Amino acid sequence: MQCTFAVFRFDPAADRQSRYQHYVVSAEPADKILDCLNRIRWEQDPTLAYRASCAHGICGSDAMVINGHVALACQKLVRDFKTANNFVIEPLPVFQVLRDLIVDLRPFFEKHRAVRPYLVTAGENPEKERLQNSENQQFVEPALRCILCAACTATCPITRVNPAYLGPAALLRAFRYVCDSRDTLTLERLQALDNDDGIWGCKTMWWCTEVCPKGIPVTKCLGQIKRLLKKGDAHA
Amino acid sequence: MDRHYDAVIVGAGLAGLRAAIELAGRARVAVISKVFATRSHSGAAQGGIGAAIGNEEEDRWEWHMFDTVKGSDYLGDQDAIEVMAKDAPRTIYELEHLGVPFNRTRDGRIAQRAFGGHTRDFGKAPVKRACYAADRTGRVILDTLWEQSLRKGIDFFDEYHVLSLMINGSSCSGVVAYELATGAIVGFHSKAVLLATGGAGRIFKVTSNALASTGDGMAMAYRAGAPLEDMEFVQFHPTGIYKLGILISEAARGEGGVLRNAKGERFMEHYAPVIKDLAPRDMVSRCILEEIRAGRGIDGKDFVHLDLTHLGQDVIGHKLAEIAGFAKTYAGVDPAREPIPVHPTCHYMMGGIAANADGEVVVDAGATPLPGLFAAGECACVSVHGANRLGCNSLLDTLVFGRRTGGAIRDFIQTVKAPKPSDAFRKKAESRMAELLAIEGPEQIGAVMTELQHTMMEHVSVFRHAKGLQAALANIRELKERCARIAILDKGKCFNRNLLDSIELGQMLDLAEVITLGALYRGESRGAHWREDFPKRDDEKFLHHTMVHLSGGAPQIFSRPVAITRFEPRERTY
Repeated sequence: MQCTFAVFRFDPAADRQSRYQHYVVSAEPADKILDCLNRIRWEQDPTLAYRASCAHGICGSDAMVINGHVALACQKLVRDFKTANNFVIEPLPVFQVLRDLIVDLRPFFEKHRAVRPYLVTAGENPEKERLQNSENQQFVEPALRCILCAACTATCPITRVNPAYLGPAALLRAFRYVCDSRDTLTLERLQALDNDDGIWGCKTMWWCTEVCPKGIPVTKCLGQIKRLLKKGDAHA
Repeated sequence: MDRHYDAVIVGAGLAGLRAAIELAGRARVAVISKVFATRSHSGAAQGGIGAAIGNEEEDRWEWHMFDTVKGSDYLGDQDAIEVMAKDAPRTIYELEHLGVPFNRTRDGRIAQRAFGGHTRDFGKAPVKRACYAADRTGRVILDTLWEQSLRKGIDFFDEYHVLSLMINGSSCSGVVAYELATGAIVGFHSKAVLLATGGAGRIFKVTSNALASTGDGMAMAYRAGAPLEDMEFVQFHPTGIYKLGILISEAARGEGGVLRNAKGERFMEHYAPVIKDLAPRDMVSRCILEEIRAGRGIDGKDFVHLDLTHLGQDVIGHKLAEIAGFAKTYAGVDPAREPIPVHPTCHYMMGGIAANADGEVVVDAGATPLPGLFAAGECACVSVHGANRLGCNSLLDTLVFGRRTGGAIRDFIQTVKAPKPSDAFRKKAESRMAELLAIEGPEQIGAVMTELQHTMMEHVSVFRHAKGLQAALANIRELKERCARIAILDKGKCFNRNLLDSIELGQMLDLAEVITLGALYRGESRGAHWREDFPKRDDEKFLHHTMVHLSGGAPQIFSRPVAITRFEPRERTY
């Protein structure tokens, strides 16, 4: 069947402002939106620029706006949309557009780095593994699903009004290390988050949870950080 | 523009990052990747990483070594396999210390599960050897190593596409790379270069591999004169989602899932009576296609069922969540209720750039190293996987040999002076780019690429024979000519995908030619390479590695002996 695509285009070398270009693509209901974009690039217009790699929702490259909703182009199928096979494809909001559907994610990754996203432990490593309760591992497990696609941070209403806010993705990563029983930096981590650009920037609006392509209960995980700060006990 | 480092690592998957961590603080290191580091395809690895740590039941590294040798159909180099199997437990503990969030046993140790081809006591029964984090093991290891690399202050050049190696006379002194965001061509001068660019599954129509898996490092090394080893051994994973090729981890069978044909039979019982659905991938893929050929595909079509319905919501939810999501999203199937339609999908290159167990790229039958050039991970052939890789051994390979190669580079850079930077390589790359952009021709990238992928799938996948391989070779050579007439319509400098698509396609065509040549040369059936016109393994003629290198502009084949230390080749049954 025929699908029409209106795709956001912007080439900084040629365009003063963005425009929408229209394409007609023949697609099956089970085709991914990414398949359609690939078909445009490979068969009709090789100048269309977007990021994509694994094509099955694990690398996190192809978050974009599809018919008004932030999603991964490789995780949404033509049949998922009740829009009479008409599609509007736009780049992620919040971030600066570099070209077409490609945005500048540097600010996103700078915030990620700001939460010291690595395990910190004290003393010598044991000869074998450190012990960790299975319950503790399962407690942080939702955060391990994060693929750093930036869908949540791009959607979050607070991110839009406060550029200094860490945003849901970085805070989710903070949750992963705050609550990992093997980490010894817990108090410092919590103190660093204890401000309005940190965890209290979150106003529990659930948009992050709603949009997460990996089904992570982001808002709940962020709520755990708030809970710990209130009661001053770090480990689950 | 020019930059100077002690070591340049191309590729930010597990092999590249593990080497970078080994070098951090001791050398100036740059990691260059054409995708952002965490988008590397190591992140798609699902089921686990193998190591005889024996947390669930008795296990020994000797058993792991034996399984790997047998799994390789006796083509793997046993000295290197011994290194890997012995080093595996240390590797797991190291990952845990770095922060990898493995699933745990009831007593808080790292949990393990069964995987294809991994057995206890030299083949007697399946053993739980795979350490895992649900079914996103690769992803959590990638994130952990990347985050540790940030902590250690390694310089990342994300979204830079490496165009060529600087090989002067007989040593390597850097790479030339293209910055996607600006179109700048940058010379990276260094004492050592590590190629860790992963696989090339995109050569085939149905694949589990990323769009980025176009074999760049292999093709670059090959064009620079280094030999590629055992490229005809291409792994087809038995359980890709029907038509799409998206991977459903072997862990699904490790946790108890079974394959069924149209009659509902658990057909692997007939082919591998001892370990059944946990037979190695080459066998299971062939068995699925045999069932389909015999008319026992589901509804007479070209797929079978992977049945997980008896595992229960708890196992699926906690240990196989990711693949359950894939089945729901892409096949519209809830695996707790219905079987998943699957068929083989191109998954892994056993072959690659010929390298030794320290990651040094070697150039001849006598294994002479090319100073300054190293390779690790899927793009390298050490060779620990021989003719067929076992599940869980690829993550292990990247980490064991990534670390060893990092160590070898650390030692190497202390023995050599910084090379005298020459801008000749950058200038050559610049004029090559200008030439590419100036091509005027009628051909289209999509048409040439699609034809290549169809040809490889039809003639060079699981079942092969001389006639088909010859047809494929002729077709590939014609496509190479057509590729040279593809016009680049995008002349811009900002994220010019058109230009990169064209470069990647040229590389894939070179590799397709080498794979097909190797498959034609090897007149026997071994591991993943099955010749219908030579259905037996022939140790007398072919118990050696196939080496292909460019000589006078044309591919030439020579061979290299297999290292056999502990296990003499025997018939391979399961």
